[in-house]
Amino acid sequence: MQPLTNRSKVVVNKQMSLYEKIYLPAIISGMMITMSHFFRKKPTIQYPEQKREFSGTYRGQHVLKRDDNGAERCTACGLCAVACPAEAITMIAAERKNGEEKLYREEKYAASYEINMLRCIFCGDCEDACPKEAIFLTDRMVVPEYNRKSFIYKKDILVEGVEKEKRIDVSRRQTAAVLEFKKHKEFEHNR
Amino acid sequence: MTLGYFIYKIILVVVVFAITMVIAMYSTYAERKVAGFLQDRLGPNRAGWFGILQPVADAVKLFMKEETIPSVSNKTLFIVGPALSLLTACMTGVVIPWGTSLSFFGENYSLQIADVNIGILYIFGVVSIGLYGIMIGGWASNNKYSLLGAIRASSQMISYEVAMGLAIIALIMTTGTLSVGEIAAQQHGWHWNILIQPLGALIFIVCAFAETNRAPFDLPECEQELVGGYHTEYSSMKMGFYLFAEYINMFISATVISTFYFGGYNMPFIGRFVTDPNLLALCGVAFLFAKIFFGIFFFMWVRWTLPRFRYDQLMNLGWKVLIPLSILNIVLTGAWMMRHEILNVFIK
Repeated sequence: MQPLTNRSKVVVNKQMSLYEKIYLPAIISGMMITMSHFFRKKPTIQYPEQKREFSGTYRGQHVLKRDDNGAERCTACGLCAVACPAEAITMIAAERKNGEEKLYREEKYAASYEINMLRCIFCGDCEDACPKEAIFLTDRMVVPEYNRKSFIYKKDILVEGVEKEKRIDVSRRQTAAVLEFKKHKEFEHNR
Repeated sequence: MTLGYFIYKIILVVVVFAITMVIAMYSTYAERKVAGFLQDRLGPNRAGWFGILQPVADAVKLFMKEETIPSVSNKTLFIVGPALSLLTACMTGVVIPWGTSLSFFGENYSLQIADVNIGILYIFGVVSIGLYGIMIGGWASNNKYSLLGAIRASSQMISYEVAMGLAIIALIMTTGTLSVGEIAAQQHGWHWNILIQPLGALIFIVCAFAETNRAPFDLPECEQELVGGYHTEYSSMKMGFYLFAEYINMFISATVISTFYFGGYNMPFIGRFVTDPNLLALCGVAFLFAKIFFGIFFFMWVRWTLPRFRYDQLMNLGWKVLIPLSILNIVLTGAWMMRHEILNVFIK
């Protein structure tokens, strides 16, 4: 029969030689191997005290960005919700009233914006879909909660603060490739 | 027998018991730590400084856990099993010479609780009773897995006790005594028995691994086939007793090995540096414990290196290899002891 892979081995039921039957040389060499591991540097990261650095493009908890004046960028167009493969995003749109120009960048805004973090698979498609550069994934972890309801993040958690120190830096997500793509105004995405 | 003598013996018993318990307690911690280090991990390090309080946390956990006694079990024997296991494990330390003797105000206080002239037989007897703890526990659980685990444990221990006893016979031939204290005393300087009886020492050590049910001979509790072996039905501190007994056995085995073959409390050349007899005796105790700790570490080192034997391999090794080897050892020892007589026969 033709073998399926070239990795198959013929099983040999050979008798052990006397040297192998004594076992002791093999045992001693095995114990030397484990002993060499005893003195090896341990790769353990002591989590709460020590934290591993995330990659620049780590996809963690989302943020809804504000523009430089502190107005929310999101216009509740719903493209992120459409793009979401896990159907984790829901929103209710509302029209901006007079005097709210400071709060919302455009005439339409998201009155409520919810992401179910238990459904979210952190693929980053919402970020790709967003034409207003309003939603980004960040290097923050989604913290554990005691019940499912707490995992439905609303605007109070998602939207970043107005003050400078409360802004969430997403520049690390904006890799060179992303910035290059955003220069091409002929793409519908960037209009 | 004066009152002072009585008090000194009681103090010695309590001290030995306490040391045994503390060492067994910290063996559990050491086991996890050693396992971690051998596998490139760190082991427990959260409870206290470097996880030093881990045994206490484990004990609290075991005490607080729900205790279940199966309704189909034999309740008396179910409780007797672990108790017997722990009791016999603690009894062996009586005949071990922990050091020479301390002298205060002209009186000599031996560091051996009882220098029985049949100390070796006593150790063997007590270790054999330890088997009943496992047998009774496994049988009283009224559970197939426990029963099979207990049967395995008993057949394994009986098989290896034979080879162990035969290895010891060769040792008795060269030392000419059954008293553990005397065997230890004979090994002063470099006269360690391992140099006289290397094969016997090897057989004894291998059998000690089997006797304590530790890897690579931990078949009684092989999880894949027998769930938990003889302690499948046990929970809470009764389970803790079995585990604890295993660690005490390991400590005692390391002690017996170092006393029989590695010179006990003797260390060569120490007499040149220390002259005060009391200090010398204390140094001896320290040396014995250093040897014991290395022995315990060796037990763990082997456990986290070697895979478990298959049952038929275990029996083959015991009956077809170790017993013939130990008989050969006896013959060789006898021939060596009688070498002048044998030579005389040939010369004539």
